[in-house]
Amino acid sequence: MTSHSSSNNGYESYLDYRGKGTGLKSWIFSTDHKRIGILYLIAMLIFFVVGVTFGFLMRLELIAPGKTIMDPQTYNSFFTLHGIIMIFLFIIPGLPAVFGNFFLPIMLGAKDVSFPRLNLLSWWLFIIGGLLAIIAVFLPGGPVDTGWTFYIPYSVRTSTNVFPALLAAFVLGFSSILTGLNFVTTIHRLRAPGMDWFKMPLFVWSIYSTAWIQVLATPIIGITLLLVIFERAFGFGIFDPALGGDPVLFQHLFWIYSHPAVYIMIIPAMGVISEIIPVFAHRTIFGYKFIAFSSIAIALFGSMVWAHHMFTVGMSGAAMFIFSLLTFLVAIPSAVKVFNWVATLYKGSISTDPPLLYALAFIFLFSIGGFTGLIQGSLSVNMHIHDTSFIVAHFHYVMFGGTGFGIFAALHYWFPKMFARKYNMKSAKVGFWILFVGFNVLYFPMFVMGWLGMPRRYYDYLPEYQIYHFISTVGSWILITGLIIMFANFIHALLKGEKTNEMNPWGGETLEWHVPTPPPLENFDEIPIIETDPYQYKDNDLSNTEVKEVN
Amino acid sequence: MFPNSTYAESVDFAFWFIVGISFALLVVISFLMVFFVIKYNRKKQVKAVNIHGNLPLEIIWTLIPVLLTLAMFYFGWMGYQDLSNPPEDSMVVKSTGQMWKWTYEYDNGLKSDTLYVPVNKPVKIDLVSVDVNHSFYIPALRIKRDVIPNRENFLWFKAENTGSFDIACAEYCGLQHSYMYSKVVIMPENEFNSWFTDATNKMNTTLTDTTSIK
Repeated sequence: MTSHSSSNNGYESYLDYRGKGTGLKSWIFSTDHKRIGILYLIAMLIFFVVGVTFGFLMRLELIAPGKTIMDPQTYNSFFTLHGIIMIFLFIIPGLPAVFGNFFLPIMLGAKDVSFPRLNLLSWWLFIIGGLLAIIAVFLPGGPVDTGWTFYIPYSVRTSTNVFPALLAAFVLGFSSILTGLNFVTTIHRLRAPGMDWFKMPLFVWSIYSTAWIQVLATPIIGITLLLVIFERAFGFGIFDPALGGDPVLFQHLFWIYSHPAVYIMIIPAMGVISEIIPVFAHRTIFGYKFIAFSSIAIALFGSMVWAHHMFTVGMSGAAMFIFSLLTFLVAIPSAVKVFNWVATLYKGSISTDPPLLYALAFIFLFSIGGFTGLIQGSLSVNMHIHDTSFIVAHFHYVMFGGTGFGIFAALHYWFPKMFARKYNMKSAKVGFWILFVGFNVLYFPMFVMGWLGMPRRYYDYLPEYQIYHFISTVGSWILITGLIIMFANFIHALLKGEKTNEMNPWGGETLEWHVPTPPPLENFDEIPIIETDPYQYKDNDLSNTEVKEVN
Repeated sequence: MFPNSTYAESVDFAFWFIVGISFALLVVISFLMVFFVIKYNRKKQVKAVNIHGNLPLEIIWTLIPVLLTLAMFYFGWMGYQDLSNPPEDSMVVKSTGQMWKWTYEYDNGLKSDTLYVPVNKPVKIDLVSVDVNHSFYIPALRIKRDVIPNRENFLWFKAENTGSFDIACAEYCGLQHSYMYSKVVIMPENEFNSWFTDATNKMNTTLTDTTSIK
């Protein structure tokens, strides 16, 4: 993509601009928010492929009972690395760092984020964290095998490389905090004249809620992981029961961050869906304020439900009561969003392009994830399905069916704007359907076997679960086929796809569709003045959209 | 896998109650999505209508889920209260988790690697770990409780049918985590009593034997 030349439009696009260096240097030292977004995208997709590979190999191991392709120690490291990579290096940075960086300033009518150099530092911290995670795999001692949750006492007993893995997560935390800080400041300070809070696009609202969680919750995981490092290095005895510490305290501190982190992952995806649905229904969004405030409500209530990850550790009745009740109530703002999205389709003029397909799949899969979350939130039921493959299915429906499909939706939606290339619509749809089918075949059987008592993080299993494991493994092959089609389509588009300078291929109304394709270095020649809501569709004239049948 | 206690039945009820409501809602949501996509498809060349929102609708679809989730919460909470209050007359067995096996100890010091208990009698399991976290899980009874060093956790059950059921470790504990299985054998009371007496006698003779050899 460096070979792009769109200078014939009389402006210098962010892809052409060289800055101080040339080649690679013009990218990895660039403070342009768009280039940083692309840097994150590349890094994140590489980590995603690694994470998928671990997942694929684990599923292959589980196709039959007993040893299939690896020993238990390898399997334990694989699920740990799969978790660490997917969570800290793919889903958490996924939407905010990639698409937040690229589009937030444009959607606000700004030339960049508030602190561009801090932004570059965040990316470098992300890369250093990622490298540490890779080092954790190859150092003598063997890859970390604690699970991504690092539960004590196991994490102070195992001889594997826990230290670099903890350090990796610690450094990645800083990257996340600084990005959050940058976005909060940008949204407060750099909105274009006239853009009051309720004229902001909903994606911006979602990034705003997310950024606050990043700033407020991430320091807690930083401190906690640092304490585990001290625990291992000096035998502090804060968590280690052998030294008089409390292993449950670790779980509380871990989840005080890691539950809100789930919302860091999902809220921006909800923001993407809120952008895509009105564009492809070609009408105004239904219940703008309800969608905006529900993001805030999720961020707020989501910070107070962490102990529902710990219903079986033996907490007081009062704690169980409160955490279960709040867990049910935090579902309400998500439900409100879903209803408003569906209502936005009503009396629209709906074009089923790939971004919309991914958005609708998001609603369906996220709903299943949400409903099964209610099942887990119920105290008595939780006693049975806690730590079974039911929870594995649940969070993959939320994190992959939700956030993952949200990221794919965003990619399909913004790709032409980011790279000024068209991807093949037919391949995109074929890839989508295979991915969608594969996803359900892969993860749905996990609900069934979890309900039947199959515990999670199991290298081996009883023969009665084999049929479900077998179906699930076949599902992983279908899913990966879909992923390959999707990525091949994007790579093909980047290399050989038809070039396009079309400013607004989908008929969107937010500001990114009013800057040239690809966007110029500082986005706007003149800062726009905002007078209207972001989703007007005032004339609602079909003649504007008919030409949009790309390809 | 049939529920083998009143508690397990209450879990199943709460589960299917939530699944039922969720399934109905999921069908409605999915149907409306597909229906709207077909009915208002752009190919039909119908002009879209801008509807900015509807306050009564927002209130309705906030309140109804609140009521439904409160009902779901209620059934889960009631069931759980039952689990957290073991009857006074429960038989107590100490279960020790370690990497990677379970040991059961009865109040007279009798040890076993299989958990033998009488049917229709409340049994309280005291959970002890000597190394890392484990979790004591009997799927047939729908119960699970973490086994954590330095922490006095317990659970209890009253099985309704005899039989042999799996006990699994549900908290990741290292290399052989997935092999940390044992069995609970639920027996008629007289059978249990004769097993208990026999096993106790055997333990005592072994103890005397060892002493006499010395």
